[in-house]
Amino acid sequence: MMSESSSFVKGMVLGGVFCMLVTLLGHMKVGHGTKGHRHEHHHIQAPNKEDVLNLSEGERMELSKSIRVYCIILVKPKDLGHWAAVRETWSKHCDKVEFYSSENIKVFDSVSLNTNDMWVMMRKAYKITYERYKDEFSWFFLAYPTTFAIIENLKYFLLKKDPSQPFYIGHTVKSGDLEYVDGEGGIVLSIESLRRFSRIVEDSDRCPEQGGMIWKLAEDKQLAICLKYTGVFAENAEDSEGKDVFNTKSVNALIKEAMSTHPQQVVDGCCSDMAITFSGLAPNHMHVMMYGVYRLRPYGHTYNDALVFLPPPGSDND
Amino acid sequence: MSVGATCVYPCEGVHYLQEMASSKSLMNLLTFTFGSAIGFFVCYLLFSIILEEQVKIQPHFLHNDPHGQHSSDTDSNQLQGQMNFNADFGQHKDENKNIAEGLYQKVKILCWVMTGPQNLEKKARHVKATWAQRCNKILFMSSEENKDFPTVGLEAKEGRDQLYWKTIKAFQYVHDHYFDDADWFMKADDDTYVILDNLRWLLSKYSPEQPIYFGRRFKPYVKQGYMSGGAGYVLSKEALKRFVAAFKTKKCSHSSSIEDLALGKCMEIINVEAGDSRDTSGRETFHPFVPEHHLVRGYLPKTFWYWNYNYYPAVEGPGCCSDLAVSFHYVDSMTMYQLEYLIYHLRPYGYLYRYNPDLATNPEEQSKNEALEDNQKLKQKVTES
Repeated sequence: MMSESSSFVKGMVLGGVFCMLVTLLGHMKVGHGTKGHRHEHHHIQAPNKEDVLNLSEGERMELSKSIRVYCIILVKPKDLGHWAAVRETWSKHCDKVEFYSSENIKVFDSVSLNTNDMWVMMRKAYKITYERYKDEFSWFFLAYPTTFAIIENLKYFLLKKDPSQPFYIGHTVKSGDLEYVDGEGGIVLSIESLRRFSRIVEDSDRCPEQGGMIWKLAEDKQLAICLKYTGVFAENAEDSEGKDVFNTKSVNALIKEAMSTHPQQVVDGCCSDMAITFSGLAPNHMHVMMYGVYRLRPYGHTYNDALVFLPPPGSDND
Repeated sequence: MSVGATCVYPCEGVHYLQEMASSKSLMNLLTFTFGSAIGFFVCYLLFSIILEEQVKIQPHFLHNDPHGQHSSDTDSNQLQGQMNFNADFGQHKDENKNIAEGLYQKVKILCWVMTGPQNLEKKARHVKATWAQRCNKILFMSSEENKDFPTVGLEAKEGRDQLYWKTIKAFQYVHDHYFDDADWFMKADDDTYVILDNLRWLLSKYSPEQPIYFGRRFKPYVKQGYMSGGAGYVLSKEALKRFVAAFKTKKCSHSSSIEDLALGKCMEIINVEAGDSRDTSGRETFHPFVPEHHLVRGYLPKTFWYWNYNYYPAVEGPGCCSDLAVSFHYVDSMTMYQLEYLIYHLRPYGYLYRYNPDLATNPEEQSKNEALEDNQKLKQKVTES
């Protein structure tokens, strides 16, 4: 009887120790895995709400003023309707916005690039921007006229990111070996990335005006290739729940998709609360988005935001 | 030396087993094995509890997590679960809904939605999935009862010419079964989107004992005007009481099949006031169309009936619509979810809205200049520091 109970106890102890060893070993391994958040990692996240609230009053004020975004919109005469809508709506929330057009248009002010080729337009626009504004802005946002952007959410996203690091952010797509930012969702470059691009763009071997062997590569892909040579890699922007904040589709299109893929949780599954861009919008939809984003809201819901963004002067639709 | 150190227990166990095998004491071997299994199991349970606690604290990056924790839920148990939905952990954690929740308790609204058997899956379902849950009580009115949806079966038929019958019977039903459960009684269509929080803010300035009703005010045919049916309208408790009584005493009757007009005429007869639902800056809150139709200049042609019907001067462009809009009409299923997303989810971080609803009490006081003044004061504060 004694030998049996003692063997039982010994067995228990052995089992317990063995289990402890296995668990601790497994836990240590997992802990190690989550530590690696170096810059080359391809997913990039918005700052945590808690981190931001830990800033002092002075720091918040400083930050609200200090993040300055320069917007580049590439337009062509055929985009006149969208161009007008972008001018009247969200672009007023950029610290500075410039329309770079393929040719001179009398109706609106723009910087004329004298070329119809999108890649050449992009190169020229970035070059001119760097030369003129490298000391004034730290972040550069490039968009097409079919895109709607919420600059306040962009600033919040960039809040704790150091612009002297080479950032190249947006909605990324993988094409074979190349990961690039889809131009439809908008392209964000830090000043460091822009600096590096302005140098590599002079290298006609690595970053030619006519890229691709037989047919032309899309300009957003060409940009990625050139940037890659300078050590700048595309990163997909996500919120704290892993949802994309740069969208290459409109809210309508995303809702439609959500209605068929998960009809029980349409809005939850659709889009981020801190979305920065939507694309494929008609001019009318931009006006609806302005109202829906900057004005329409439910009474009695308040937020304790760490930053303050004032409405821009000279507009009545926000 | 280290080999010997780590080999204490396992080695002892091995020696033990050898002993067991040699002494052929099967019983001891079985108890040993049983003991080790128990020991392992107990230890595993303990560790899984400890580790679960740690996991809860870390933020989770799951994509579609419908049951994320909502930190303000624990503060409001008295809401009977009707406000707690669409709770996604990360984005709504810093949202303060105290004022909205206070109004939910103070201004009780019963909503009834006009629908029919053929529209339950096409339309009513999306109403149920979005704004309807924010009513203190929601009822779907149909010609047939449906226990699953659920819908109330009225003694009426379907069809455009039956709308007023359905309306009369619906209000009758609400009066007979839910009169004491709410202060205000809202009628909407299954293609109307209603923003309950803003409706409560509007109604909070009035008493349910007042004989009054609100909606998008039209001017023709009725001296004090009448409310557009599609944009939705809301009756005070007293108004509902008088409306139902009027049919019993024959003061009002089914005079026509044009629901909103007929109801408006009855309201005038029974001295229920047609209220002014515009916000403190004079902008309309109930809308007979979707936002796009009102916001885009020139969308509705000048020959359209709408321009002659509006009681107050109709505005197109950004001035059309209050920031605190209450309703939109002709909203299809996709637009229901789009509005839900734009209103309750997407927002510009840190943005200081131009319109401040709590500033003025009458339309003449609140002006754009006032709001701009406040903004400039804040701007000064920002540049000073």
